Amino acid sequence: MALPELHRFTLPNGLRVVLAPDRSAPVVGVSVHYDVGFRSEPEGRTGFAHLFEHLMFQGSESLEKLAHFRHVQSSGGTFNGSTHPDYTDYYQVLPSAALERALFLEADRMRAPKITEENLRNQIDVVKEEIRLNVLNRPYGGFPWILLPPVLFQTFPNAHNGYGDFTDLENATVDDCAAFFDTYYAPGNAVLTVAGDFDPEGAKALVEKHFGDVPARPVPVRPSFAEAAPKGEIRAEHTDKHAPMPAIALGYRIPDPVTEVDAYLSYLVLAGVLTDGDGSRLQQRLVHQDAIVVDVGAGCGLFGPLEARDPDTFSITAIHPPEITSEQVIAAVDEELLRLAEEGPSEQELAKVTARWVSTMHREHDRLTSRTLGLGSAELLFGQAELLYELPAKLAAVTTDEVAAAAKALRPDARAVLLLKPAQSVEENETAQTADGGTE
Amino acid sequence: MSAPTKHRSAEEIGRTALGPRPFPELGEQRAAADMETVDTTLANGLRVIAVRRSSVPMVEVRLRIPFGDPASSSVGSTHSARAEVLANTILTGTATRSRVDVDTELALVGGELDAVVDPERLAFSGNALMSGFDTVLDVLRDVLTGATYPAGEVERERARLVERIRLARSQPNVIAREALQRHLYGDHPFAKEMPEADEVAAVSQEDVRALHSTAVLPRGSVIVVVGDMEPDAAVRAVEGALGGWTGEGTAVTLSPLPVVQGGDVVLVHRPGAVQSQIRLAGRGLVRTDERYPAMQLANLVYGGFFSSRLVENIREDKGYTYSARSHSEFTPGGATLLVDADTASEVTAAALLETRYELGRMGLVPPSESEVDTARRYAIGSLLTATSSQGGLASFLMNLAGLGLDIEWFTGHPRRLAAVTVEQVAAVALEFFAPTAFTGVLVGDADLLAPQLRALGGVTLP
Repeated sequence: MALPELHRFTLPNGLRVVLAPDRSAPVVGVSVHYDVGFRSEPEGRTGFAHLFEHLMFQGSESLEKLAHFRHVQSSGGTFNGSTHPDYTDYYQVLPSAALERALFLEADRMRAPKITEENLRNQIDVVKEEIRLNVLNRPYGGFPWILLPPVLFQTFPNAHNGYGDFTDLENATVDDCAAFFDTYYAPGNAVLTVAGDFDPEGAKALVEKHFGDVPARPVPVRPSFAEAAPKGEIRAEHTDKHAPMPAIALGYRIPDPVTEVDAYLSYLVLAGVLTDGDGSRLQQRLVHQDAIVVDVGAGCGLFGPLEARDPDTFSITAIHPPEITSEQVIAAVDEELLRLAEEGPSEQELAKVTARWVSTMHREHDRLTSRTLGLGSAELLFGQAELLYELPAKLAAVTTDEVAAAAKALRPDARAVLLLKPAQSVEENETAQTADGGTE
Repeated sequence: MSAPTKHRSAEEIGRTALGPRPFPELGEQRAAADMETVDTTLANGLRVIAVRRSSVPMVEVRLRIPFGDPASSSVGSTHSARAEVLANTILTGTATRSRVDVDTELALVGGELDAVVDPERLAFSGNALMSGFDTVLDVLRDVLTGATYPAGEVERERARLVERIRLARSQPNVIAREALQRHLYGDHPFAKEMPEADEVAAVSQEDVRALHSTAVLPRGSVIVVVGDMEPDAAVRAVEGALGGWTGEGTAVTLSPLPVVQGGDVVLVHRPGAVQSQIRLAGRGLVRTDERYPAMQLANLVYGGFFSSRLVENIREDKGYTYSARSHSEFTPGGATLLVDADTASEVTAAALLETRYELGRMGLVPPSESEVDTARRYAIGSLLTATSSQGGLASFLMNLAGLGLDIEWFTGHPRRLAAVTVEQVAAVALEFFAPTAFTGVLVGDADLLAPQLRALGGVTLP
């Protein structure tokens, strides 16, 4: 795969900049990744990094509340932001005529966001609705990304709920926001990425024009979030009153994606061998042969692969009918892992995973939003935006022995097992469904 | 919070010595490259739309087969259940390929192929590295002309479907969607997006094979191919693979729907819900209606994007919701305007009140010049960004083709949006956004919601 052109430079205030020109369509993507995510939240302020992300859309020195949205959208663009364990991103994708506007908007809120009591209270309400929508009112809400970490990890940064609990959210103050901004949103703690239809020299001048006078501030020393892997199998149960069927999540620790990227990637290939496609090991065994699960999935990182620094998680999840016990499912998974550890996958299994990754990467690059965000997060987390383009070759280099070794390392005596239980028994559940049908 | 020892106050952070800065003007917009495209119909009746887009060495394939229930009512019809089993097993076996063979061959060319069905169509969606285009087409040929529906696969997928339907029906948005469709369209097959478990359990291998031979037909179907290749070459490849796909008659399109009439919102009880789904519906306009561009802008102003009256009111002002939106849904022979918002139980009635208030305001305080311009630029720009990838373009063209429209409609649309006047938007707003033109459903915990909704009125309680 030909490597696309990539330019990078750093402004005197410390802002790192990645430019990835591509003139194939007249659209441009701009993102800013800040090096702070929900792992950096202190105790008593769960959900704060995400709440703060909402506040970054609420006005700045130059723009009133609501103006940010209107300016992006009246330029023909789309926008969003998201909070991850180790970073927070903001992006805009627009017709390329609006490039300067996008840079202005990101620079303005990096320089002087307007944080008010009124906006804070309003966005606490909005975030609570977001949590009701995605977690509290929905079957399998937060499964497994909120529910598995407290089983696998012991320390607060790794184990706590990144969406936050309502009490913590309500206790947030404007002064907390000011402290958070001053600490973590320094230009030297961020990466700006511009991808798509622009001329690199012109874009560089615009970046300097808008971000050049954002004052430098000290960049916080990033703490290590390292903690020991589980010493045994740690089990927990969660009752989900909306779920119609039980579910299982197995969580394992994986190598540090920064210092041991090749080892990490062998787990990414393993995930493909296990659950990608009808011919994959766990689909074949659990869905088609034994028919004991409705669906099964496996992957690196609870937000996706290469989305977090160490410590990161490998997870296997399945939803199964109540007549099947969780032990049956776990035993079948362990058998398949053992078989892979002993015999290894075939060359053809690896070829399938590699080819699908090549096309997945092409398709992600073709969507400007994912390309911009992918380059930005790879630069921020790994100092290596190119990783995005090098991934297919690196995955192709993973050997059958390495995948076998990865399977062997997913040991039953060093993992988290989360069992999600429906609140109702099967019988009650069916009665309730009939009653619903009657009312509707 | 464990703040650093010293930080600025929020007021200090929010101002600089220089003060507010001027917002930059738009630069010059470069036009999108002209698309090389071919739109033709093969001898077997299959329409082929091929477009060259060379951004990545991939190809995207979409096939749409009209798959309506020939019966006029879903009562007593087994079509929905048979169609669902067919879609879930059509890729599981042919004379020369097993389910695993299909997956393996596609995987080795970096490919995927899926089939899904809804009341209107059976849709295949696939992609592969450009070098795997022939493989994707050959698998498609094989399943369209020779799917065998192995007994074991039918049996297992049937059992799994029953479970998946149960999972789907536990999702609040699915509960709300099913209730809304039934409320709007009764027993019309369009309302039945999911079969019942016992109907699925009764589907036999022979039923599925019979449905395939009568309904999986090239005439009336359309295939869209977008990728890094000459459109003529793409058409030749499609013809080579699918030219031999034949069948009696034309794929079945659904009969037109009853027109949505305004009326009460029906409250659906979901015990223990901490949030409610508000789902309103009114009559919309088809894409070919000359008033459609004005309708599109009116919809954006109401709730069609973030900078809309509804989102600014119930999210950014009042904090009642995380997600609120309105959009057009194109239905057989018509269109429906849909308004969706999910709100905490305590504020559901208040949110419904504001949602209706904003509907009323659309006609009485019509969209201003600046609201219309913002919506217009968003509509034109987002069309550009949404179709700038191969996959986005392929899906968009497939949807247009399903409405009988071609690429000319797509390329001509920015011009039509540019020509809409504020008066045209106001006229559409008054007629179509009137609160009296809407009905709908509300799913939530009736024990919590009833007192306020009763007081508000216009809601039928259980």
